Amino acid sequence: MAKFEPVLMANMQKPDSHTIKVYEAGGGYRALKKALKEMTPEQVTDTVKASNLRGRGGAGFPTGLKWTFLPKNHPGPIYMCINADESEPGTFNNRYLMELDPHQVIEGIILSCYATKAVTAYLYIRVEYPLSRKRLQSAIDECYAAGYLGKNILGTQFSLDIFIHVGAAAYICGEETGLIESLEGKRAWPRIKPPFPAIEGVFRKPTVVNNIETAACVTHIIDRGPDWFKSIGVPADPNNPRDPGSYGPKLYCLSGHVNKPGCYEAPLGITCRQLIDEYGEGIWKGRKGKAAIPGGISMGLLTEKEFDTPLDFAGPGKVGCLGLGTAAVVVMDETVNMVDFLYNSCRFFAHESCGQCTPCREGTHWSLTMLERIRAGKGRLRDLDLLLEIGDSIGIIPGTTICGLSDGAAWPIKNAIRKFRSDFEEYIKRTNPTGYMVTEPVPALAGAGHH
Amino acid sequence: MGTVIVDGIEVTVGDNERLNGIQAAERAGIDVPHYCWHPGLSVVASCRMCLVEQGTKDPTTGKITMIPKVVPACQTPAKDGTVFVTNSDKVKQCRAQVEEALLIDHPIDCPICDKAGECRLQDYYFEHGQQERRADLKPFHSPKRDMGDTVTLFVDRCVMCTRCVRFTREITGTSELMVTHRGSHEEIDVFPGYPLANKMSGNVVDLCPVGALGDKDFMYSQRVWFMKSHPGVCTGCSTGCNIDVEENQDRVYRLTPRENMHVNQWWMCDEGRYGYHHVHAEDRVVGPRRFEGGKHVNVEWTTVTAELKQKLTAAGRLGAVLSPHLTVEEAYLLIKFIRGIDPAAVLALGPVPVVGTDERFPNGFTIHAEKAPNRRGIEILLAHFGGKILSFADFQKELDAKTIRAAWVSGGYKKSDWNDETTARKFAGLDLLVVQDMFASPLWNAATYQLPGGSFAERDGSYVNFQDRLQAVKSAVRPPVGAWVEGQLYWRLLERPGLFQSRKALVEAATEVPALHLAIEGIPATGLDLNVNKLAEAKTVAATV
Repeated sequence: MAKFEPVLMANMQKPDSHTIKVYEAGGGYRALKKALKEMTPEQVTDTVKASNLRGRGGAGFPTGLKWTFLPKNHPGPIYMCINADESEPGTFNNRYLMELDPHQVIEGIILSCYATKAVTAYLYIRVEYPLSRKRLQSAIDECYAAGYLGKNILGTQFSLDIFIHVGAAAYICGEETGLIESLEGKRAWPRIKPPFPAIEGVFRKPTVVNNIETAACVTHIIDRGPDWFKSIGVPADPNNPRDPGSYGPKLYCLSGHVNKPGCYEAPLGITCRQLIDEYGEGIWKGRKGKAAIPGGISMGLLTEKEFDTPLDFAGPGKVGCLGLGTAAVVVMDETVNMVDFLYNSCRFFAHESCGQCTPCREGTHWSLTMLERIRAGKGRLRDLDLLLEIGDSIGIIPGTTICGLSDGAAWPIKNAIRKFRSDFEEYIKRTNPTGYMVTEPVPALAGAGHH
Repeated sequence: MGTVIVDGIEVTVGDNERLNGIQAAERAGIDVPHYCWHPGLSVVASCRMCLVEQGTKDPTTGKITMIPKVVPACQTPAKDGTVFVTNSDKVKQCRAQVEEALLIDHPIDCPICDKAGECRLQDYYFEHGQQERRADLKPFHSPKRDMGDTVTLFVDRCVMCTRCVRFTREITGTSELMVTHRGSHEEIDVFPGYPLANKMSGNVVDLCPVGALGDKDFMYSQRVWFMKSHPGVCTGCSTGCNIDVEENQDRVYRLTPRENMHVNQWWMCDEGRYGYHHVHAEDRVVGPRRFEGGKHVNVEWTTVTAELKQKLTAAGRLGAVLSPHLTVEEAYLLIKFIRGIDPAAVLALGPVPVVGTDERFPNGFTIHAEKAPNRRGIEILLAHFGGKILSFADFQKELDAKTIRAAWVSGGYKKSDWNDETTARKFAGLDLLVVQDMFASPLWNAATYQLPGGSFAERDGSYVNFQDRLQAVKSAVRPPVGAWVEGQLYWRLLERPGLFQSRKALVEAATEVPALHLAIEGIPATGLDLNVNKLAEAKTVAATV
């Protein structure tokens, strides 16, 4: 494969890449000027629709289609929410964009708002990203000064304000309706759908929630056209009419046991092994790989044999993972104990479960207490079946919860135990030689579950 | 009109009805278990107990397509062609899992929990739970804390349905309760310094599907399965909230609201809820007494009934004060008795206590300032029999004018402070004063005959509330030994056979008083709107003009 020419990261190597001067020098705001002068909002929407751009936040929902769900001829206001609450473990692509090329994002936001006729955009950013916040705010200030934001942008009838809202760093605020609740000043309990945000979102008005990277992609689609965008990535599966394909560049976050972790831009469809070998320069310390998370911890696990899975929107699903997610690849080498991995994962989700739906609130907590007990040398083989039962029953896919957080909690459990069951069984038998066959309830560990 | 299919049973849903899966199933006689959903509160669909399978029936082909996942019935609208399956293995498994999850951290302290016996967690465990515990065993631990003056929270019993939180946000608008922490560490709490202190706070205890919120007034006083509940009407104010009076062996332990969409929906105020203690007050008067030789001496009820008529006849011009605490039936019988002796007897409405002003909550629930249940009922009777409605003050003027020689004053008031020495002195010039009440008062002490009466929990009959709705009550407990409920006494004085029969008295009153005609057919459980009659009359008048 020819070395891919970065698009989203093209500006990032330049000094002061976060300033409007450098951005404009590289062709910045060309797309905005073009769109506002030559295109109607509908044409912008159609262009994005034609590009088959899929949301980069994790679910991969077609962006253009999402925009068309807004009610037609709504008296307004329509709101745009930009989800920069990047809290999926292993994920930091939005941070790169916000810190090193915020104007690319802002331009995409303005274009998205123009297309959706939104008059206000809220940029919901997590509190752990102080530099991102600072750079975004100064970029927004520069845009107001340059006339790209505010009243009558570039002399047109289009006006837009962007506000940054800092969240207090709960994972659930990354769920779009949890984000909306939090933005409204409430407890971030995801809303029941329908109504979807496109009909009733922020302040009960039609709202689009898009990811930072999605916004950045919109900039380039308008600049270079949908055909350019579709020249990158994996085409739609002709046998599956519901597959919109995986087009465009993607920022992959590579971390874990590789020699050179970092954020790399590659066309969608690169395999996990290519990413590790070509970008990450191989597994560290000359070891072999054991497993990798394909796209953030909630997507499940790839075994070493599955490293050739293409990381596009459809690829990880074919090997039993939840999906591409945020394309955050976390690599584990052969020394990693899967019990430790699963404990870490369960601890995260038990801590971050918003506590609204019973199956998720109690299921994540129960799985954590079991994992804690297993690690304390009191595991039973039966615990693995119980964990799998929890994993199979919680989530929006079986329909037992309101939002997808518990699907994310379920997938690591299901994948780890199904794909690495012998590891777990060996660990339990070795650490609890007298009690691993017990099937009756055992006493809980003192202080268990205090995540 | 639409047809919804629940477990193969077709139910009809009206065009303007907005039912969810739980309500549609109820119509088919199927109970869908649920914790968080309540018809009076917003839908959150968070407990996930009501998960069902759902599909749609194609109107042309009749083919039913089910969606692959389960959905919460509370959040799923029952529209024409909607199909619900509530008894499949998948649904049963979901219920068992939710029930199991809720019990992981539950202290299972049913033997010391007031909710035991009417607890959904218990009921659903028996019905839908799996019999074995699979989660790790935990030592018993059940912390509790005060939410306010009326309610205690048993933290670990909570299932986080948030009904109580939504109640304080949506019904009272006071928002004292909230959820703190996250995930399985979540707890219901109040903000420090802002306790649960609204005037409807007791409702959160009824709303709580488990034993998490305990009513301090009721706590540890009675097991629920020992109590019998009797439909009643709250007499605390003129709203006339529908209630259940729950008693065991003639002792009232609590009042709970009974659903009536025309009056109180599902709620009642704390004033009414906790305002029953006077029924069993130590100082309640018992045993009739007659004033003779400078003091009151005990007499038998048989003596009283035997000599009262004769004494009243001998006195001449009579006057009767009809308390707004009397039922329509009782007031009617008293009028009959008094007017039977003196057809020109003066009739007046008893004092109507008014405290403060009406208090209206955001959802429309109103606590009325008028603290009596039946002013309108008495007024209807007075208008028919007396011509004009005399107030208690008007009656005192009659006393001043010395036209009346003997007076019958009925009571039934909660406190004895409805009359004072000044009032009592106005009655001093009478030849004969009969006072019926629950508590001693200056007027009581001035009476020739002291006749201990009944409390609201002991009365049979009906009241007319502020909106002219006639609502029936059943006696829940027997009066204390020595006290006769007013109706019983009047029944005996009128020489009717046997025990007081409120139904007979109501039919008689309804036959005689046009404004009550509707009640001849009986009173439905949700009451009878007497204004319907007036509207009909107005229409007839308009038609003839």
